[in-house]
Amino acid sequence: MNHFEEIALIAGKDLRIEGRSRVALNQIAPFAILVIVLFGFALDADRTTLQTFTPGLYWMAVLLSSVLAVHRSVAVEAGEGAREGLLLSGLRPASVFLGKAVALVAQLLIVAIVLLGGVLIFYSASIEDPVLLVTSLLGAVLGVGAAGTLYGALLGSQRARETILPILLLPVLAPVLIAATRAFGDAMGTTGTDGWAWTQLLYAFAAIYTAFGVLSHGVLMEEN
Amino acid sequence: MTIDTPGTGLDPTHDPTRASGLADPGSVSGITRSRTTTILGAVVLAGAGLWLFLAFGATDPDVRIVEGNEVGQYDAIRLMYVHVPAAITAYLAFFVTAVGSAMVLIKKSVWWDLVAGSSAEIGSVAAALALITGSIWGKPIWNTWWEWGDVRLLTTLVLFMLSLGYLAVRRLEGTAEERAKRSAIIGLLLLFNVILVNRSVELWADQTIHQQSTIADAKIEDLKAFTLYYSMLLGAVAYAWMLIHRFRLAWLERQYDRFGIDDAIARRHAEGASS
Repeated sequence: MNHFEEIALIAGKDLRIEGRSRVALNQIAPFAILVIVLFGFALDADRTTLQTFTPGLYWMAVLLSSVLAVHRSVAVEAGEGAREGLLLSGLRPASVFLGKAVALVAQLLIVAIVLLGGVLIFYSASIEDPVLLVTSLLGAVLGVGAAGTLYGALLGSQRARETILPILLLPVLAPVLIAATRAFGDAMGTTGTDGWAWTQLLYAFAAIYTAFGVLSHGVLMEEN
Repeated sequence: MTIDTPGTGLDPTHDPTRASGLADPGSVSGITRSRTTTILGAVVLAGAGLWLFLAFGATDPDVRIVEGNEVGQYDAIRLMYVHVPAAITAYLAFFVTAVGSAMVLIKKSVWWDLVAGSSAEIGSVAAALALITGSIWGKPIWNTWWEWGDVRLLTTLVLFMLSLGYLAVRRLEGTAEERAKRSAIIGLLLLFNVILVNRSVELWADQTIHQQSTIADAKIEDLKAFTLYYSMLLGAVAYAWMLIHRFRLAWLERQYDRFGIDDAIARRHAEGASS
């Protein structure tokens, strides 16, 4: 098998599990919607305030949901000797990393799209530059997916994973939050920044974490 | 059974129990002191005395006359003699952690793993100290405990958070080798994360109100500048001193994990045989 077939195999496996369990769709996406509704309560449902802060609130909801998605991505490998099976399969560690990252990105995209519908309805957000919006959204989700897969693999089947993952992953994702919020601010017309410059930062972030994940996953797979 | 304890400097092959005349090959030496650390410790202690005198006695409060008006930081400047060395020590310590982490991945070295972990502990305490003193200083000078427009402030805070994550990962279960590899990757990523955070915050905040290097602008002169430089040096020496002790303690812990149980079992056996 070449690299792409291996990646497709791993990604296909994770997405098939998602297709049957519907955890991202039935649990994580509703959680994300719940977060933006709660933000609405917290900010006194003031329409102007919500509109102004839509990009930031949106990405906060995505980041919080991504922690859950990463947990789920790791959890499917945790039980019933799945990890050993993966090791014995002889697949290249880099392919395993990329496969898991692709599956995570796909699930995060579902959550992000559901959430986008959520802010359009609940916060009356408007999209002024759809191309920038989609491009920056994809870049941010790629970055979150790569970093999430890497840190998820680092913690592996650790019992303390639930509590450590957020404090490990969220500070790392701070640049994504900043950049994606700014890019969305431009795309939604709430701030006058240059969204494309921020989008570049998002893709740079994604590239760095993908490279690091590909390089280090061999080391990580041996141990967990 | 002999437990090899790290000795002078950070050399784990050296046995300090022999050098200090405490040699008892049959027992685990719990001592992390050597001649080097005794001297370093004495230097730090004496240096701290001089530092207290300089920072709180000999130097004047910062008052300047600019265009006929009295300006300056007054006594708040004394906080700088803690804040600046703490911040520099923190960044130095995390840099050592990143280097140590890279060395673990390259050479699979236990020695570097313990250096990286020990350094990160000191670094996070120093970062916390820098943040706290900076905040206290900011209240009278910037009229706020926290300033969102400042790049260095935010970067240091995120670095502090990242270091807490790193230290949490070091405490996870697993064998020493697993732990070393896992933390090495996170430790190395600390460096990249700090750069990314710094860069993004810089672009985000558009500006910084942080004091640009005040010494270069000759706003701080003579004895004040000397005290500032001196406190940085003292911070670095204190860091080295703590690092050696913490490293040795980590080494002893590791030896105990590896041999402690075997040793205890062997001793119980010996007791059984003799009675």
